[in-house]
Amino acid sequence: MSAPSAAAVAAPESSAQTTPPLLSVRGLVKHFPITGGILGRKVGTVQAVDGVDFDIAKGETLGVVGESGCGKSTTARLVMHLIQPDAGDLRVEGRTIGLNLTLRELRRGVQMVFQDSFASLNPRLTIQDSIAFGPKVYGTPEREALARAHDLLEKVGLDPMSFGRRYPHELSGGQRQRVNIARALALQPKLLLLDEAVSALDKSVEAQVLNLLVDLKAQFDLTYMFISHDLNVVQYMSDRVMVMYLGRVAEIGPVEIIYGGARHPYTRALLSAMPSMDPAKRTMEAPLAGDPPNPIDPPSGCRFHTRCPFAEVVCSTRVPDLLRQPETAQHAVACHMADASSGHSRAGSGT
Amino acid sequence: MNSPLVDIRDLRVKFSGQRTVHALNGVDIALSPGESLGILGESGSGKSVTLKAMLRLLPPRRTTVAGSIAVDGQDVLAMNADTLADYRGKTVSMIFQEPALALDPVYTLGHQIAESVIRHEGCDRATARQRALDMFERVRIPSPARRLDAYPHEMSGGMRQRAMIALALACRPKVLLADEPTTALDATVQIQILLLLRELQREMGMAMIFVTHDMGVAVEVSDRIAVMYGGRIVESGGVADVIKSPSHPYTRGLLASTVHGAMRGTRLEAIAGAPPSLATAPTGCSFAPRCRLATPACEGAVPPMVGVGPAHVARCIAVAPAAA
Ligand SMILES: Nc1ncnc2c1ncn2[C@@H]1O[C@H](COP(=O)(O)OP(=O)(O)OP(=O)(O)O)[C@@H](O)[C@H]1O
Ligand SMILES: Nc1ncnc2c1ncn2[C@@H]1O[C@H](COP(=O)(O)OP(=O)(O)OP(=O)(O)O)[C@@H](O)[C@H]1O
Ligand code: SF4
Ligand code: SF4
Ligand SMILES: [Mg+2]
Ligand SMILES: [Mg+2]
Repeated sequence: MSAPSAAAVAAPESSAQTTPPLLSVRGLVKHFPITGGILGRKVGTVQAVDGVDFDIAKGETLGVVGESGCGKSTTARLVMHLIQPDAGDLRVEGRTIGLNLTLRELRRGVQMVFQDSFASLNPRLTIQDSIAFGPKVYGTPEREALARAHDLLEKVGLDPMSFGRRYPHELSGGQRQRVNIARALALQPKLLLLDEAVSALDKSVEAQVLNLLVDLKAQFDLTYMFISHDLNVVQYMSDRVMVMYLGRVAEIGPVEIIYGGARHPYTRALLSAMPSMDPAKRTMEAPLAGDPPNPIDPPSGCRFHTRCPFAEVVCSTRVPDLLRQPETAQHAVACHMADASSGHSRAGSGT
Repeated sequence: MNSPLVDIRDLRVKFSGQRTVHALNGVDIALSPGESLGILGESGSGKSVTLKAMLRLLPPRRTTVAGSIAVDGQDVLAMNADTLADYRGKTVSMIFQEPALALDPVYTLGHQIAESVIRHEGCDRATARQRALDMFERVRIPSPARRLDAYPHEMSGGMRQRAMIALALACRPKVLLADEPTTALDATVQIQILLLLRELQREMGMAMIFVTHDMGVAVEVSDRIAVMYGGRIVESGGVADVIKSPSHPYTRGLLASTVHGAMRGTRLEAIAGAPPSLATAPTGCSFAPRCRLATPACEGAVPPMVGVGPAHVARCIAVAPAAA
């Protein structure tokens, strides 16, 4: 990606050129080999994340949306260094991993909560021991770690006396997800990566956990990357939203712009695919036909061109850059129609 | 008044075994031909069990069923194996969240649909194959003739879902049961499937019961909505009535806690607590432990259904009945 595109995704604070953003990601790439047959030969490559740029400023919530397989979880796992990127630059408060930031420091500052509340807890540990585990590994004395676990259980709305000694299977899904959040907070991280953290919960319980996340953010001065396929929840939680399609960023910007004045045809289609909550205004026409393409051999040029109603020749031959929009700072779009010099017949027309 | 196409009365289902679950505690459903009912409710409230009971898909040895289920004038609970085989797929069909439950991985899709048509209608293979092709066209599978010879694993998630719908509708059932058929799909594919179901349902004059926990999805496909809690229907009525003027405290809570964009910056009104365990049959209102309006009377007896508007009822002693 070229220099202007990197500037385009800068988070609000960093644009003032004072402090570096809490997280800064440039040119992030992760390809997974697909092996087949008894010899396990490589038969293809999934371009799970293919040149992703974004910043997260301290104190903000960046929502991440996009269809299944577009690379949301892979991006989060790369940020946590649970998997190694093939390429790209990742900085936390201006410090680069492997250069002047150790993995240990990174893991302390960045924590993750997953969708599956059960799989992420050790079934053999009581929940208070699960929460105290991280701090103990980082050298906190046993008693202090347990006291912190109790304090956090209280913070997430579970009475430490009646819940502390229970095992994961003795809790409901919503209660388990509270434990996961408490555990992620035990190392006092700055950035919390929430990957479908409320998706498995019932609506009434989801609301409890969302309220909790809002409270904890204010209380502990947290920053969130909030991944969800629920566009309503993302709109509720986020300051800015990143829309991904097949391993790339299609559009990123303030929540009001993404939900009110999106420019990328995929963003628009995704939003108008949301079921109507008003019986008098049911959806009459599906915004897109067909399924998302196979990520193993993604389309050339703009990866959306096989489903885009505005696709032209340039769309299948040239990859659109993620360009900052002149009208609104902080809003960047990867579509030839939003690039006056692309040669697309609708370029610069404002669609 | 004619008797309805689906007439379920006081349906009770209890599972025994390692633990006892009183999954259904008196469910009543009446559905007319061509009508579409959306069932909303929390996880474990009994939505899937209701649909499975209608097809007699519950494990017989561990399940105690009471009450009655009549579909198209037939007593479903009294059917023998032969009648049941005729009934499934011909009178009532079902589609699932996971197509793997309905599709056999070892046969091509065209073969599976043709077999079902031959079994129910006794026609020859060529006619059955033609029907399979028609169905693939109707559910808008691209290159339908070629795809009839595909195996389920060779298709994308959205295409498999369409194939399952084609299989379920091939014998023109009178009732389609849909258990969260779009929950695992991407948003842009989900809306295509919802519109397709709505269109097919109208064209074929078929009744539909659509189970979902997503309010928006229920609004897109339903004429009427039933809200389940703790193995009972706690509110039912026309889709606009239930969504615009919910009566039961649980329905109100569900609507208030369903997030939408306009709520940005405001605190969500969560329902405190967790759903009931159903280890014992609820003797009063199962929502009482979580209800702000609860009084001792609520736990004394099961609240009766109260009319709150035209064809709109709620099971709560605190709601004011509509003036007759
Ligand atoms: N370890 C792996 N090996 C091979 N392919 C992988 C691996 N992890 C992810 N992928 C593939 O990379 C792509 C991106 O996956 P990812 O999990 O990041 O998607 P996602 O956006 O989180 O999707 P979802 O909404 O379904 O969670 C998918 O095609 C996925 O199958
Ligand atoms: N075969 C079974 N044996 C024992 N208990 C069962 C069985 N099937 C369902 N249950 C229990 O019956 C209750 C109702 O289950 P059901 O599957 O109908 O819930 P649901 O409303 O469909 O929930 P979800 O939204 O999670 O699908 C639950 O407590 C469930 O654990
Ligand atoms: S670049 Fe072309 S194909 Fe891609 S979104 Fe824009 S118009 Fe559509
Ligand atoms: S019957 Fe009582 S406990 Fe039940 S919903 Fe009504 S007010 Fe609440
Ligand atoms: Mg994911
Ligand atoms: Mg279910």
